[in-house]
Amino acid sequence: MQLFPCPFCGWRDEREFLFIAEAGKERPDTTQKISDEDWARYLHSIRNDKGAVREVWMHLTCGELFILERDSVTMEVIGSIALRKDAA
Amino acid sequence: MTRYSGWKLFKEGLRGHKGWAQAWRTPKLKPEYDAVIVGGGGHGLATAYYLAKNHKITNVAVIEKGWLGGGNTGRNTTVIRSNYFYPESADLYDMSVRLYEGLSKDLNYNIMFSQRGMIVTAHSEPEMEMAARQVNAMHLNGVDAEFLDAKQVKRAEPALNTRSDMRYPIHGGVLQKRAGTGRHDAVAWGFARAADQLGVDIIQNCEVTDVILEGGRCAGVVTSLGEVRASMVGAAAAGHSSTIAKMAGFELPIESYALQAFVSEPLKPVLKTVVLCPPFGTYVSQSDKGGLVIGGGLDRVPSYGQRGNLPMQEAVLSGLAEMMPSLAKVKLLRHWGGIVDVTPDSSPIIGPSGVDGLYVNCGWGTGGFKAIPVGGYLLAHVMATGTHHNVSRPFDLTRFISGRLVDESAASGIAH
Repeated sequence: MQLFPCPFCGWRDEREFLFIAEAGKERPDTTQKISDEDWARYLHSIRNDKGAVREVWMHLTCGELFILERDSVTMEVIGSIALRKDAA
Repeated sequence: MTRYSGWKLFKEGLRGHKGWAQAWRTPKLKPEYDAVIVGGGGHGLATAYYLAKNHKITNVAVIEKGWLGGGNTGRNTTVIRSNYFYPESADLYDMSVRLYEGLSKDLNYNIMFSQRGMIVTAHSEPEMEMAARQVNAMHLNGVDAEFLDAKQVKRAEPALNTRSDMRYPIHGGVLQKRAGTGRHDAVAWGFARAADQLGVDIIQNCEVTDVILEGGRCAGVVTSLGEVRASMVGAAAAGHSSTIAKMAGFELPIESYALQAFVSEPLKPVLKTVVLCPPFGTYVSQSDKGGLVIGGGLDRVPSYGQRGNLPMQEAVLSGLAEMMPSLAKVKLLRHWGGIVDVTPDSSPIIGPSGVDGLYVNCGWGTGGFKAIPVGGYLLAHVMATGTHHNVSRPFDLTRFISGRLVDESAASGIAH
């Protein structure tokens, strides 16, 4: 059983967490016309890095989204950062 | 090269088995080929074989970073089936089953394809309606399917828990008789031997470290044994396809996950078919050696580590204990994890990558083994002719731009 760090609740059982997406993707400005390619890239393309990754995860029990940094080969957790601006 | 036959086996038996030759050569990597295939798993070896056999392109190298079939080809549950819903998927996977049906003869290598049938159980009245819809869809697509009631399921697999007070009581199921299992290593070795006989160079322990791009065109690959130039490069790297794509400067809609499987101690025959119980997320078959081969859904954490995690083991094995309580105390012998390439629509990607000269065959997710012959056949076709085979056209990478996805939730046989 692996433990993941929620920035709000501390280290918890991995089953309490849900992978959402890779971090750092920006939604195209949909008030402007955007190409099919750009939209498809936003929807589907993934870096899927081997090694260090930055991902958005949700801690299901508290409902908070946060950034989890970890290694996708060794599964080592590097750290987690709250996405909320006012988080202490 | 020796042809394998019953007579040859008999003759060698009399001579103490001293006359068997090496099944394939260990050639030196040449600096240039007509085509280079990245990945010496089933799909890569099949691609090389069909390039040589169907398209007479024999100056081909298959480059494998480890050993043949050491990735997912050697890390699966060996199930072969075509019980899919959409016509595009049925065409694809049934073509694969048909190729498998003739493969032992075609390759002169016994791949031990045992068409023992596969049952997917249904556990409520609404699920029975969906099962009937699945059977109808399969019939319309020209694939064999039978609709079973609870009694027929029980008769087919007496070990199944059919108590009415179980958590998800069995109401019936869908049987595909032509489905079954094959010998995974034999598929890799059979394709390797047959491709080698046609002149393909199989290079093991050679990792591709970069893709050579010239004027936006792929002109070969850089490997740990030096540069190799080729006008066509085919990537069949499964869970590592994104790594190859990154070298060529593009991204794929693929996430890599670990998929686990388990083998038990050998038992007397207890299962005839492959049984999948969707609510438990567990499926099981019995190998010729007697071991139960048990599989389930993906791990929940994206991963490149070729091993699984404990929560999914618990889910899969507790599912087995509920499906067949008599097997609850069976001991496990081995357990492994492979890295699978999951696409948003659970369907594969076959065809041009968008970079000239580079073709991909990936995105098979949890079900790549069953598609080895067709994956190789179709990638070889698009590489050699420059155009899609009708069967692979719907699976082009551009479907993610056009939005015409083949959203096959049955792709893994497991909801995820």
